[in-house]
Amino acid sequence: MTPELLLLAVSVAGYTGGALAALAFRGVAARALVAAGALGGSLATLALGAWCLATGTTLAFAAPWLPLTGLALRADGLSAFFLTVVGLAAAAASIYGFGYSAHHDGRDSLRLLGAMFNVLLLSLTVQVLADNALTFLVTWEVMSLSAYFLVLVEHDQPGTVRAANWYLAVSHAGFAALIAAFLVLAAGDMTGSFAAMRSVGLTPGTRDLVFLLALVGFGTKAGVIPLHVWLPMAHPVAPSHVSAVLSGVVIKMGVYGLMRVALDLLGGGPAWWGGIVLGLGAVSALLGVLYALMEHDLKRLLAYHSVENMGIILLGVGAGLMFQSYGLPALATLGFVAGLYHTLNHACFKGLLFLGAGSVLYATRTRNMEDLGGLITRMPRTAVCFLVGAAAISALPPLNGFASEWLVFQTLMGGALVPRPEVAIGMPIAVAMLALTSGLAVACFVKAFGITFLALPRSTEAARAREVPASMQVGMLVLVGMCVALGLTPFLVVPVLSRALTGLGRLPMTPIGFSLHLPLSVAGVTGEMSPLLLAVGVALLGVLTAIVLRLLADRRLRVGDTCGRIGQTPRMEYTATAFAEPLRRVFAELYRPTEDLSIDFHPKSKYFVRTIAYRSEVQPWFERLLYTPFLSALRGAAAGVRQVQAGSLHLYLAYMTITLLALLVVARWSR
Amino acid sequence: MTVDVMMAAAQGLLALALAPAVVGLVRWLKARLQNRRGAPPWQPYRELRKLFQKEVVVSRHASWLFHLAPFVVFASTLAVAVIVPVLAVPLLVDRIGDLLVVVYLLLLGTFFLALAGLDPGSAFGGMGASRGVTVAALAEPTLAVAIFALARSAGSTNLGEIAARTIADPLSAVSPGHLLAFAALFIVMLAETGRLPIDNPATHLELTMIHEAMVLEYSGRYLALIEWAAALKLLVFFALLGNLFVPWGLARAFTLEAVMTAAGVFAVKVGVLAVAVAVLETRVAKLRLFRVPELLTASFVLALLAVTSSFLLR
Repeated sequence: MTPELLLLAVSVAGYTGGALAALAFRGVAARALVAAGALGGSLATLALGAWCLATGTTLAFAAPWLPLTGLALRADGLSAFFLTVVGLAAAAASIYGFGYSAHHDGRDSLRLLGAMFNVLLLSLTVQVLADNALTFLVTWEVMSLSAYFLVLVEHDQPGTVRAANWYLAVSHAGFAALIAAFLVLAAGDMTGSFAAMRSVGLTPGTRDLVFLLALVGFGTKAGVIPLHVWLPMAHPVAPSHVSAVLSGVVIKMGVYGLMRVALDLLGGGPAWWGGIVLGLGAVSALLGVLYALMEHDLKRLLAYHSVENMGIILLGVGAGLMFQSYGLPALATLGFVAGLYHTLNHACFKGLLFLGAGSVLYATRTRNMEDLGGLITRMPRTAVCFLVGAAAISALPPLNGFASEWLVFQTLMGGALVPRPEVAIGMPIAVAMLALTSGLAVACFVKAFGITFLALPRSTEAARAREVPASMQVGMLVLVGMCVALGLTPFLVVPVLSRALTGLGRLPMTPIGFSLHLPLSVAGVTGEMSPLLLAVGVALLGVLTAIVLRLLADRRLRVGDTCGRIGQTPRMEYTATAFAEPLRRVFAELYRPTEDLSIDFHPKSKYFVRTIAYRSEVQPWFERLLYTPFLSALRGAAAGVRQVQAGSLHLYLAYMTITLLALLVVARWSR
Repeated sequence: MTVDVMMAAAQGLLALALAPAVVGLVRWLKARLQNRRGAPPWQPYRELRKLFQKEVVVSRHASWLFHLAPFVVFASTLAVAVIVPVLAVPLLVDRIGDLLVVVYLLLLGTFFLALAGLDPGSAFGGMGASRGVTVAALAEPTLAVAIFALARSAGSTNLGEIAARTIADPLSAVSPGHLLAFAALFIVMLAETGRLPIDNPATHLELTMIHEAMVLEYSGRYLALIEWAAALKLLVFFALLGNLFVPWGLARAFTLEAVMTAAGVFAVKVGVLAVAVAVLETRVAKLRLFRVPELLTASFVLALLAVTSSFLLR
């Protein structure tokens, strides 16, 4: 048994053990065993991924004796990278989950949560190793269904069941597209192996069809706009460590699938493939952050940011596909590397932020930012963790979000090498959309952190909040460490990623060159930066300033009521709604806000107001425009089909007979 | 290597020393243009000295973040001043940060300043923070596309590289791409440094203010750091406008003579830009807050034209 297979076996055993323990035990024992199984499994997954990435070894395992086409597993660079992502986020979430799911002790929901959490992790691990269509599709479905049950765990909360139903419906629509894509791609090859798919010669039209079907299928999973509606509903209602895995890892499977099919199995395609992915990415990024700005539910805000970050990832991947078709392999590699780097980074900081939001929810029992505030003194460690996550997702140097967004920017600017008008005009617009997105992300996370953690608490729950248990803090700290480490070391990460991509697609991939050991520079689109030196420099300057001030400036400091606010109350503070108001006005065309203001005046005089009620809502007109016609058509069709279902046994027997005869006739004729 | 480190340190120190004078110069010029006598250009130094000698008063509701923010803002802006070419190109610091790093380091300062505005829980601070990040976010696309335009003609986002290419090819300095990008960056500079017509640096306690509202709670040495950082930010933008678009005068060799000349030429460039800002601030009135996006959209269109023109006219 090779070490790779051993690690895989440990990983599968860990997840299976965790799932079984959830069913066999109750209470703290079950919770501990679930966490231990998931942690053991995810650490083995992480080790397997890191080992394969570092050494370049591959893993192959097949069990053809299983029903149908059997199980086939293979790990190449891309699989190994995604294994790392799965293992990293899952490990942090498992540790965190031990403390977080304490209130499920003694309830049946712990069984569902513990079992399905491990099943989800298992399916994710096998998913990225799948080497035939059946393995891929089965694990895909197991992943979707286990995620569905995880979303349903807190089904007693309002809105959960509806969210889960939306999720289930949309992911099955996507699944149907995926089945179709793989059926076309297999082209009559009964084994459905990926190796056969790589060599099958399809006509350009068929290849386009496969690509579009795959884009729809994987796009629904990735939450790409306009297929994103389920995401902001489903992710927030799941338990928070599950939300971290859903947003950090599960939606990344859309990126994995898209790269596996478009780049690996189809070997790349015409430039418009990349153009579509790029365009969808730009729109998702911008609209995702714009909708996030209007959210005051902390976890929904984060869920919309997942849409945004999937957009940024797709900007990189789309640019990669596009440059590949223009015969610019170095630039294409840079694009894919940027996308993958952001995938890893997003898994870390979004996982961290969801865990942080979970800690807030755990301590205050509310996700509504308007009821929060003042948590920085009550939950100091959670606050620091959330601040790091907020700075990372806002792409502020020297954290990891900046490193990957810098690479995406450089990739898009590389579009200058393509002498085509659509690229020459499209790329600057993509750059502008990305820049606006990251600017708005800063605004959004100033709001998210500032309103939630700073100033005075806006409710008694927030005022009574206490720091969360140690296991939850450890879970967050792991990801804080990764956000910092990945941000400071792009010069180590990028070569590994570019090597992982080598060999994918029909074009020979050239690894990106590095001019210097420490700073990062990319040939073709040059630009250099060194986050490590930058971090050291800024920290040094800050410390130096502090020392100089201590020596030369006045040291007195008085704490008191400032700016005349004596007897300050939370009602004097800015709210989340007010904070986002300028941007709501600027983008009023998009939001189409409705406002409802009712003032109760004093009967004697209009100058005295008794109460003011202000309600404001943002219209998701864009979603309604797209989904309402589709849903009403679906309902109409369902009503039509109901005519056939008359409840008469004789009629059903007649249907069966007619169908059987028709099939036989077709089979006879088509022979 | 040693020379490079010394040059970088010299750039940082020069910028630090010069920054208050730039703010003072703009104020003095404005006063003169408005037929007032005005405070002398070195007044900001006196103000800084005064602030450094005063005690700090902090709201009882403020957290550690309030104490940290001035240092983050000051250090990150100073780091930008070290990276941006003030005296010489190319320097080894180019390898630490390019033009994108400059933009995002400044954004780091804005992030912390906005959080510090929210921290004491006053409505003024919240309003300033909200407006500050709105303007910063809306200025981002222009900045990025202007960088794209510069990077496209230089083939690099490195600051030294951009300046060196323009020196090597003087005609490119008057190409439509460069001129349009200059105009776009100039407007963004007004927004980022809180000048008229976007923000009024002369107001206190008015509902229209942005930057001043964010820092309203600060006093003493903290306020001194923030004011100094704001002045430094203005100087950094002057250096970007002056030395990336008109890079002549920058020292190419590290001789004392060349560096002194570079310092002199830089002072002249800063003077010209200060006059431009002062004249502009005297001529225009402050825009209503919700007209600001229109101005920034105009600057974005300029930047987009800059980047596409260098393709179309190639």
